[in-house]
Amino acid sequence: MTAKGRLGALLPKLILSPSFVIVLIFVYGFIAYTLYLSFTASTMLPNYDLVGLRNYERLWQLPHWWLAVKNLAIFGTLYIVVSCALGLFLAILLDQKIRGEGMLRPIYLYPMALSFIVTGTAWKWFLDPGIGIENTMQQWGWDSFQFGWIKDRTMAIYCVAIAAIWQSSGFVMAMFLAGLRGVDGEIIKAARIDGASTVTTYRRIIIPMMRPVFLSAFVVLAHLAIKSYDLVVALTGGGPGQATELPATFMYSYTFSRSQMGVGAASAIVMMMMVFAIIVPYIYAETKREPGQ
Amino acid sequence: MSARTESRPDGGRVLRALLYAALILFAIYYLLPLYVMLANSVKPLEEIRQGNMMALPQVLTFEPWAQAWSEAKVGVAATGLKPYFWNSIKMVVPAVIIVTILGALNGYVLTKYTFRGANILFGMMLLGCFIPFQIALIPAARVLGFLGIAGTTWGLVLVHTAYGLGFATLFFRNYYAAFPTELIRAARIDGAGFFTIFFRILLPSSGPIIVVTVIWLFTNIWNDFLFGVSFGDFDSQPMTVALNNLVSSSGGVKEYNVHFAGAILAALPTLIVYIVSGRYFVRGLMSGAVKG
Amino acid sequence: MNMMAKRFMAGAAATALLAGAATAQEEVEVLHWWTAGGEAAALEVLKTNLEAEGVTWSDMPVAGGAGDAAMTTLRARVTSGNAPTAVQMLGFDITEWANAGTVANLDEVAEEENWGDVVPAALQEFSKADGHWIAAPVNMHSTNWLWISDEALTEAGMEPPTDWDSFIAMLDAFQEQGITPLAHGGQAWQDATLWENVVLSMGTDFYKSAVLERNEDALTSDEMHTVFERMEQLRGYVDDNFSGRDWNLASAMVIEGEAGVQQMGDWAKGEFLRADMVPGEDFECIRFPGTQGSVTFNTDQFVMFEVGEERRDAQLKMAAAIMDPEFQIAFNTVKGSVPARTDVSDEEFDACGKKSMADIAEAAESDTLVGSLAHGHAAPPAVKNAMQDVITQHFNGALTTDEAPQALADAVKYAM
Repeated sequence: MTAKGRLGALLPKLILSPSFVIVLIFVYGFIAYTLYLSFTASTMLPNYDLVGLRNYERLWQLPHWWLAVKNLAIFGTLYIVVSCALGLFLAILLDQKIRGEGMLRPIYLYPMALSFIVTGTAWKWFLDPGIGIENTMQQWGWDSFQFGWIKDRTMAIYCVAIAAIWQSSGFVMAMFLAGLRGVDGEIIKAARIDGASTVTTYRRIIIPMMRPVFLSAFVVLAHLAIKSYDLVVALTGGGPGQATELPATFMYSYTFSRSQMGVGAASAIVMMMMVFAIIVPYIYAETKREPGQ
Repeated sequence: MSARTESRPDGGRVLRALLYAALILFAIYYLLPLYVMLANSVKPLEEIRQGNMMALPQVLTFEPWAQAWSEAKVGVAATGLKPYFWNSIKMVVPAVIIVTILGALNGYVLTKYTFRGANILFGMMLLGCFIPFQIALIPAARVLGFLGIAGTTWGLVLVHTAYGLGFATLFFRNYYAAFPTELIRAARIDGAGFFTIFFRILLPSSGPIIVVTVIWLFTNIWNDFLFGVSFGDFDSQPMTVALNNLVSSSGGVKEYNVHFAGAILAALPTLIVYIVSGRYFVRGLMSGAVKG
Repeated sequence: MNMMAKRFMAGAAATALLAGAATAQEEVEVLHWWTAGGEAAALEVLKTNLEAEGVTWSDMPVAGGAGDAAMTTLRARVTSGNAPTAVQMLGFDITEWANAGTVANLDEVAEEENWGDVVPAALQEFSKADGHWIAAPVNMHSTNWLWISDEALTEAGMEPPTDWDSFIAMLDAFQEQGITPLAHGGQAWQDATLWENVVLSMGTDFYKSAVLERNEDALTSDEMHTVFERMEQLRGYVDDNFSGRDWNLASAMVIEGEAGVQQMGDWAKGEFLRADMVPGEDFECIRFPGTQGSVTFNTDQFVMFEVGEERRDAQLKMAAAIMDPEFQIAFNTVKGSVPARTDVSDEEFDACGKKSMADIAEAAESDTLVGSLAHGHAAPPAVKNAMQDVITQHFNGALTTDEAPQALADAVKYAM
């Protein structure tokens, strides 16, 4: 092989290497570091005295943690399912040769552009019974209107879901719309000739073709659900009481506000294990597929 | 697909009306929070306290906007958000450019120059999208300190690069996967090198996916608070940190109109990016990011 | 601290030294969370004073969570070897950072200016570590205050309450007037502030043993059961919409006549003054019923960090400027707190401020000046937050009064 040829063979790897090194340090290095911290007596700052599994034991003793995990289950499920359903529904509606699609699409899409640091205050207002929608409806004469979920220990987590769905369902809509636009018109024509109704065509033929979009949407939504931190902090601060704590807020609070970095690290590891259990099969499928398909 | 509805003129019209009604209703749902922010950002504070959150302003004032931009206290000095806006720009632009270039090159290699283990490398990069950022704070601080870029804009750029790479690589990989390999092979036989192929053949047709990647990265990096607050210094704190200082200050009269004006100002760049390139966004998604 | 941690800290300090060398000589970088109009204006006085001495002020504000966000930033800054010159800090946070060994020694300026004689002993416990000065206290707040609307009080035809029964009688009277009797914001720290007042009203000794020493017997005692009973009782006087409300919005309820009384630290005074209300005419500031003679305090201090010789001079100048009596007066009249030194005249302060200064002097004398739990001056952060969890859970109805004392004792045990 010539020198040039050898360089040619090396080049692809050289191109990948900076990215790979960064990821190796910032992802895997940090995971390893956190794993190590989770076995130490770290409090305010890292400390390297090993204490075995004590942090994990303590973690599962904390009612606070159980609540956070339960909340993530409720919130995550609702968020992913409703965002997907709503996104698909809107995409199908928009795909009916709508006049003004160019206007509507950015309206549905824009919330994704905003962070909850920005919209949190507006949502907090909106959901607050004293000044928000409840007050507005009552001022407009609908006296019996009540919507005080955000102040209710058992319902507040659904308010978090409402705001989160608002933020990302438009993005999911765009993904599905892209998927729908990619469907071959011939297939639909053929279905029509066979006498299938619109509903049947969608249910039997088009929606099943959206499988890859569902997968992509799931990944995007799952990663957002896990990282939901700003949202809770801006909307409820974890309250009423601790009714809307999520693992991300728990982890932050134990690591940084409560000076129990060991417990915080343990919660991060548990959380990552849960996430990887869901994500790794997807990534495996993603990488197994031959490029070019 | 409109042929379906047009073929039934009677029920069709009712259905069509319902369809539009539903679409408009959803548009209202999506617009409400923005409306609340906008309407209240141009009201005097007195009117907000007494009035209805949904009401249009009776007295129109742009004072809150001017205050949020250049006069409001976000620290000891009354600078408004203006200086922080530039800090954000200085951080976001290089980060987006670097990550997009790296993502494109990675996608190119991973689809057209695969080697043994490339898939594992890709899987490892992708997994990086899913780690919670909170765990990165302490170790990243040590890495930045070690490199001597703690508290600088470049430190922030590096961190955002690290956590933007996964998605950028995913987007480009899926896009280039659909690009006919025969074309590349033909070019290679004609003697085109690695970079010639990339710049002459792949890049010119990458418009849609570049739009998707840039929108995605720009939004995420612009909106980041956690890294900005942890790794920013007095001269590199981004706008989200200043906005937080404005709205979550501990005492004093809450100037909601100024808060809302500030919030919209902070959101303006991302909003503009979405609205200007929104059309290409769906096209970009169509052409690769979601199909995969 | 073990070897590894020590080496890590030494490394961080060395990097800080290098970083310091590159910057201008006379500069202080200040990390704080005073971004609200009045507080920021008060702090600007310090900035101006320092600039007159040729010291540049690099401002590093991080608001949110009563300093939580700023403390996270501080961890990142210290870990990366880029510590700020001075950091606003509360109570046990100071102690923990002192233990981590990254703070500067201020003995030089403290001895020269005789801080030891003018700063109250209770404050010195936080300003000093191992006998060395590490922080300059800016102020002293006390948390056991009631802010009563005079309008509502006059309508009820009552005198300000002095014990639990007259407090409840007053709340009942407010209830009859059709206003919200007790204005309260449902955030964990506010629940805990109310709780510590109720504990203190059971006696300073009980406060010391239950909150400062956290004896299991005291935590599970009948008195503690009474405390939670009273919290439940107070919950009945708060409107349903309280959850998540900021403290200043609760003050606004009293100011606007929607509510009768608020329990809050003396920073609330600023809200009343800004609304042109006069103490003694439009509102009353009294000690929480049953806590007269005792004071729960918290103090904001500027902790100085190791920054290397080049910035040392500016750092000491800043420490001296903070302790300057003129600045202490200018700052504290705005902030609602009282000076962190006892040799300052109360002339410039309003009636509530004068009362506060007198109360604190008296409490310091009789050993009834105790640290506030909700504001980090009674227990380390881990313990404080664990206790706060239980208090807020109970106040929001997730724990019953019978369960709460044991839950509190358990929380303390797990957090240690």
